[in-house]
Amino acid sequence: MLSKWKRSALGANVPHDKSTANMATVTMPLPEKIILPMQQHIGAPCTPTVKKGDAVLVGTVVGAAGGFVSAAIHSGVSGTVEAVDTVLMSNGRKVPAVIIRPDGRQTPDPACVPPQVTDHKSLIAAVQACGLVGLGGAGFPSAVKLSPKDLSAIDTLVINGAECEPYITSDNREFLECSESLMRGIAAVKQHLGIQRVVIGLERNKPEAIDLMFSLVKNDADYTVLPLASRYPQGAEKMLIEKATGREVPRGGLPSDVGVIVMNVTTASTLGKYLTTGMPLVKKRLTVDGDAIGSPKNVEVIIGTPIADVLDFCGVKDDVSKILMGGPMMGTAVVDPAAPVIKQNNALVAFGPQLASLPAPGACIRCGSCINACPMGLSPVEIAGAFNRCDTDALDALMVDLCIGCGTCSFVCPAKRPVTQTMNLAKGAMMKAKNGGKK
Amino acid sequence: MEAKKLIVSASPHIHARTTTRGIMLNVCAALLPAILAGTLVFGARVLLVTGVTVAACVGFEALYCVLMKKPVPVGDFSAVVTGLILAMNLPATIPLWIAIIGAFVAIVVAKQLFGGLGFNFANPALLGRIVLSVGFAGRMTAYAFPATDVDALASATPLAAGVRGLDILPKLLVGAHGGVIGETCALALILGGVYLIVSGIISAAIPVSYLGTVALLSLVLGQDVLLQLLSGGLLLGAFFMATDYVTSPFTFKGRVVYGACLGVITCLIRFFGNMAEGVSFALLLMNLMVPYINDLTRQKPLGGVRSK
Repeated sequence: MLSKWKRSALGANVPHDKSTANMATVTMPLPEKIILPMQQHIGAPCTPTVKKGDAVLVGTVVGAAGGFVSAAIHSGVSGTVEAVDTVLMSNGRKVPAVIIRPDGRQTPDPACVPPQVTDHKSLIAAVQACGLVGLGGAGFPSAVKLSPKDLSAIDTLVINGAECEPYITSDNREFLECSESLMRGIAAVKQHLGIQRVVIGLERNKPEAIDLMFSLVKNDADYTVLPLASRYPQGAEKMLIEKATGREVPRGGLPSDVGVIVMNVTTASTLGKYLTTGMPLVKKRLTVDGDAIGSPKNVEVIIGTPIADVLDFCGVKDDVSKILMGGPMMGTAVVDPAAPVIKQNNALVAFGPQLASLPAPGACIRCGSCINACPMGLSPVEIAGAFNRCDTDALDALMVDLCIGCGTCSFVCPAKRPVTQTMNLAKGAMMKAKNGGKK
Repeated sequence: MEAKKLIVSASPHIHARTTTRGIMLNVCAALLPAILAGTLVFGARVLLVTGVTVAACVGFEALYCVLMKKPVPVGDFSAVVTGLILAMNLPATIPLWIAIIGAFVAIVVAKQLFGGLGFNFANPALLGRIVLSVGFAGRMTAYAFPATDVDALASATPLAAGVRGLDILPKLLVGAHGGVIGETCALALILGGVYLIVSGIISAAIPVSYLGTVALLSLVLGQDVLLQLLSGGLLLGAFFMATDYVTSPFTFKGRVVYGACLGVITCLIRFFGNMAEGVSFALLLMNLMVPYINDLTRQKPLGGVRSK
């Protein structure tokens, strides 16, 4: 009651639809070609290091990191570079890409050997060589995240296994199938960054994974397994930090400002795999689900595989009307299914005509549902009002820049208004006004 | 997979089942016990008054929107809710033409002239009631006598008659006393209100803080707590009118403040004013205060401090 007085932050009861939670991951056959866009992360795009006709092996670097805030891109197949071309990404952007035709032999690159990690610096080098990015969906280069300004101020590593989007179970499978690599990855980060405490947060709708984690950490006082309410958006970074540590990430600040680093479970586990095998990030588990998918499953896909191939493998139906990269709350609608799967994808959701259609918006009835649901404690209806009257000072006072775009406000709106879109536009307008006309 | 046309839209791609229409229909359902009780207490004319008021509200809304070349929004059932609540605020003896005037004031003047659903500054049904009770004071207080109970109180409501609440508790609960259609049967109103709270349509904050404040002030000022709570328009106002989304605050804190202020004003009017009833004017006054309450009770965002 007292916390409600300050901020209700109810979130939303989204449907779970996690029918694939108990399905072991299956490996997809080799695609005919893979497309590797040079931008699979937040930050500077990569530079292609191969040209048409070059032979590549599994794990060969094909895109060199374009700076510190960037992440190298590797081939997931052995074969021949067919072209270095510009492709249309599923988000509608055009980026250079390396297109590789596999030879079917899947010969690993002899350069891929387990790294020597002895301290923070060598760990960061290993993370860079792995091409690791935040695999929960954001795609932020992990090497940057693991290099905070003041390393001594970091006292908590939070492992994000909340996986609060409907349908998606790929992180759940990561817990169950790769717990050893996960613990190794966590231990490496903990040791070389000198972090005292590890909190592993998972939603209660993953009882098996919770039990497994409890059994793995029971003798170590530094580790805490934190079962969380299954409520969207439990896995949003700032919400998770508040649940795990009680700390609030300040406006405009980073988790490291409150002594926390958050890593997605698959990211930590991928690091663990790299430390023993030396094979960089070239494969990804995807949950493929939705009412237009004949046989929903968790699939291990080589990064760069065209979306259409993955959907065909899972028996996509003829009436598919919308394809989402990611979950239905924050996922991006795919424009062209010929676009490839990229590093930070964790799901493909395909909807038939009924689920794909949007409800017609009605008048706002000022019920306050968006305000009471907003996990950040913002006031979407008032922000929409300020945006409509172009009052950027009011938008600043209402702190629209804190919006994480989680979609909860649109989801709960009984009038079916596109509240989240308005929040995004308002955020843009406020930023533009603050930066003197520049966005 | 063949190339085909795909729908591309911004996230989120799924929506909760709750709709405006669903909410309005739930409110209608919650009002049914009170209408039924009113019919049993005051006779079948209640149904006629209710039917005419609702039809007039829907008709005025459709007519106005057609004349203004706007989409006709009657499918959202908000006009039905307004009609039902307005009818609850009328005595069963009311001439039908007066009820129709009330519907006009509620729908056209209070709601549509300000922009329709979501833009009204005060509760439309409340404004309709106030206009009628000022303009047709005699007719509006010509309360019907309960059809079944010859022992019923005379023309006045228990609040105006000045009796002890405990003595007439059963009558207050079933509504066997004079009053407007929907305010007399406390049991039916509480049933409807609890339904709305349990089904999540309204938050308990406003009714609880409103009724709690009235109870507390009655106790402190030496009034009859039971009588104050169970008679007059308090229950109808607290559960069905104060909780109107458009004219009540957004946050839990705001709603508690709003309910408490309503309670204070209601008691001031009831105990110290020259009217026996204070709910309507308390609601009107507080409706106007809602934007200020929203400003002062806004929730604090997570991390709402700027980093250095």
